[in-house]
Amino acid sequence: MTTMTIAKAINEGLRATLSNNPKSLLMGEDIGPLGGVYRVTDGLIGEFGADRVVDTPLAESGIIGTAIGLALRGYLPVAEIQFDGFVFPGFNQITTQLAKMHSRSNGNLTVPVVIRIPYGGGIGSIEHHSESPEALFAHTPGLRIITPSNPHDAYWMIQQAVACQDPVIVFEPKRRYWLKGEVDTESAGPAEDPFKAHVVREGTDATVVVYGPLVPVALAAANAAAEDGRSIEVIDLRSISPIDFDAIEASVKKTGRLVVAHEAPTFGGIGGEIAARISERAFHSLEAPVIRVGGFHMPYPVAKVEEDYLPDIDRILEALDRTYAY
Amino acid sequence: MGATHLPSTEFDGTELDDQLEAQAEATLGVPPTEMVQLLGPDGRMGTDSVFSEYAERLDAEKLRGFYADMAAIRRFDQEATALQRQGQLALWVPLTGQEAAQIGSGRASQPQDYIFPTYREHGVALTRNVDLAELLKQFRGVSNGGWNPKDTNFHLYTLVLAAQTPHAVGYAMGIQRDQRLAEAQDVEGSAEPKAAVMVYFGDGASSEGDVHESMVFASSYNAPVVFFCQNNHWAISVPTAVQTRIPLSNRAKGYGFPGIRVDGNDVVAVHAVTEWALEHARQGNGPVLIEAFTYRVGAHTTADDPTKYRESSEEALWREKDPLDRLEKYLRAEGMADEAFFAQVAADGDELAAYIRKSTYESDAPDIRTAFANTYVEAHPLVAEELAWFEEYSAGFAGEDEGEGAGR
Repeated sequence: MTTMTIAKAINEGLRATLSNNPKSLLMGEDIGPLGGVYRVTDGLIGEFGADRVVDTPLAESGIIGTAIGLALRGYLPVAEIQFDGFVFPGFNQITTQLAKMHSRSNGNLTVPVVIRIPYGGGIGSIEHHSESPEALFAHTPGLRIITPSNPHDAYWMIQQAVACQDPVIVFEPKRRYWLKGEVDTESAGPAEDPFKAHVVREGTDATVVVYGPLVPVALAAANAAAEDGRSIEVIDLRSISPIDFDAIEASVKKTGRLVVAHEAPTFGGIGGEIAARISERAFHSLEAPVIRVGGFHMPYPVAKVEEDYLPDIDRILEALDRTYAY
Repeated sequence: MGATHLPSTEFDGTELDDQLEAQAEATLGVPPTEMVQLLGPDGRMGTDSVFSEYAERLDAEKLRGFYADMAAIRRFDQEATALQRQGQLALWVPLTGQEAAQIGSGRASQPQDYIFPTYREHGVALTRNVDLAELLKQFRGVSNGGWNPKDTNFHLYTLVLAAQTPHAVGYAMGIQRDQRLAEAQDVEGSAEPKAAVMVYFGDGASSEGDVHESMVFASSYNAPVVFFCQNNHWAISVPTAVQTRIPLSNRAKGYGFPGIRVDGNDVVAVHAVTEWALEHARQGNGPVLIEAFTYRVGAHTTADDPTKYRESSEEALWREKDPLDRLEKYLRAEGMADEAFFAQVAADGDELAAYIRKSTYESDAPDIRTAFANTYVEAHPLVAEELAWFEEYSAGFAGEDEGEGAGR
């Protein structure tokens, strides 16, 4: 076990990927000598050279599009999009090309492209630097979406994403890049399926489902609720597409109450999908409607008021109060 | 080599093109573009200080082959149009007029090269040995692809304009890496023949951002890719003049690689120019842009009506430059082909058309379970859950429609 930050864990995960897979390569803006704007690729160009760590022109569609071409030729590209709000020039390539290539080729072609996107707010930045567009991609069949919330997952999930034959988007919770934790880098491989959820805190009275940047927030809310005598189970979803509904259903059948929280706007978000599915699957186990906590239906607001926008401990506690009110 | 270093040749452009050139010269200081042409509309072979050498490599058999290919694909185009009119195809994208651009360039490629077409490259598909019956599956609505690109190094058609251009550059970057790896390993005799990528797009697609980004990437990494733009003059109903103020081939200069404008109705010149460009790319000299100056004689698709946006006189002007006619004139004048040859070509065309018709009729809807199976490569719980639901739902109808063509 080694203690490191999420950013360092991804860096180590990429290093392991480049070492273990001669056909893997990284591509993106500023990922070379600069090491990425968050230094996630720090030092890799020196170790692996400019052919494996490719500083690309400033062009998101070009980055994703050429990554698709490289994958068609048998390479394993890991493309970095600098910030969440800048993925949209590459949206066409991701949704109309990357997601559909396997299907439209009747299974003859695979495009195992990985796209890394730092996402989410809470860093006091300017517009387009704090968004959570995961639902837009989750709605697209053919893509897989994962999001680590701790260094151990960050280290292994990036390697699992590269190993996956399907295209995978890894949403990295940028405000947690400096969160430290233990990473087991010694084991031969990851112990867990990246597309399965984790129960990160056991409880009996209500379930809170979160992912990425909100995992520490939900854990803190659960601790606060415990002081009021409420036993809250917290699930780290880890995978946004597919969603591990079995894990959520099992938890809800135990607790009877469900709160889903994410930073993305509530309307049309992942929370709504979870609420609907769990209502279908565990209707008779629910003591209350599924409550969603999320961003408001507005463009991500200016940094000076983002604290009012982002779900925090109190918003999750308030949602729990509502479930208990039934 | 840039366009300005290429030999000057005669070409009588349409009034529209003349206006475009005059405007570019007057307002932007862009000199008239030279156009590579070897076989003129009159069927006479001209000379070119650079490309005649390539034309001389073509013996009578190859030239007859070009003619046979162009005639076959035109016949195929007619048959597909008829099949669409009869409701057998949902849509058809005719290529008549562009046979030389496609056969000339496709025949210049080698098996190890990889081709990214747009959706009108039926002639290029023929040169890559794609089963043309497979090609129609997309238009019949029984597949979104139809053929396995790995069999022929001819990629699937891409309907989102220009989206395939960055794929081509990425693929070329992969070839580049493969070659470096082979050279580094230096195992005698193990190196594959050098390869390049060719990507097709139209004058309309040249306005898409992906073309720009692709050219920037290609130039930045000196990727072995040939951009083959078929300027067929109309992006559905919008003329080239709305896409560009300068000849498209001139754009290459801005990216730092050669751009060549070639008479796209001259199969000999197209073949020569493409052979040069692919060799240039394979040898590690980087990308090339070829603008094949041609004309889409028919509609953009069978859903389109050209009479609403262009004069029939324009079409007539271009019919005089017909790629098949001029090669026929040359073959006859040089004694390279006799009446029996042309009769055989016509008979082969009828045989192809019959095969296409029969195959289309026999091309049935796939089982939707294949779509469930191919959405992801690896197991996916949501797909599995929805498939299980579909199976159970379908089982509920068992026996209900027996004798009424079951097979839901």
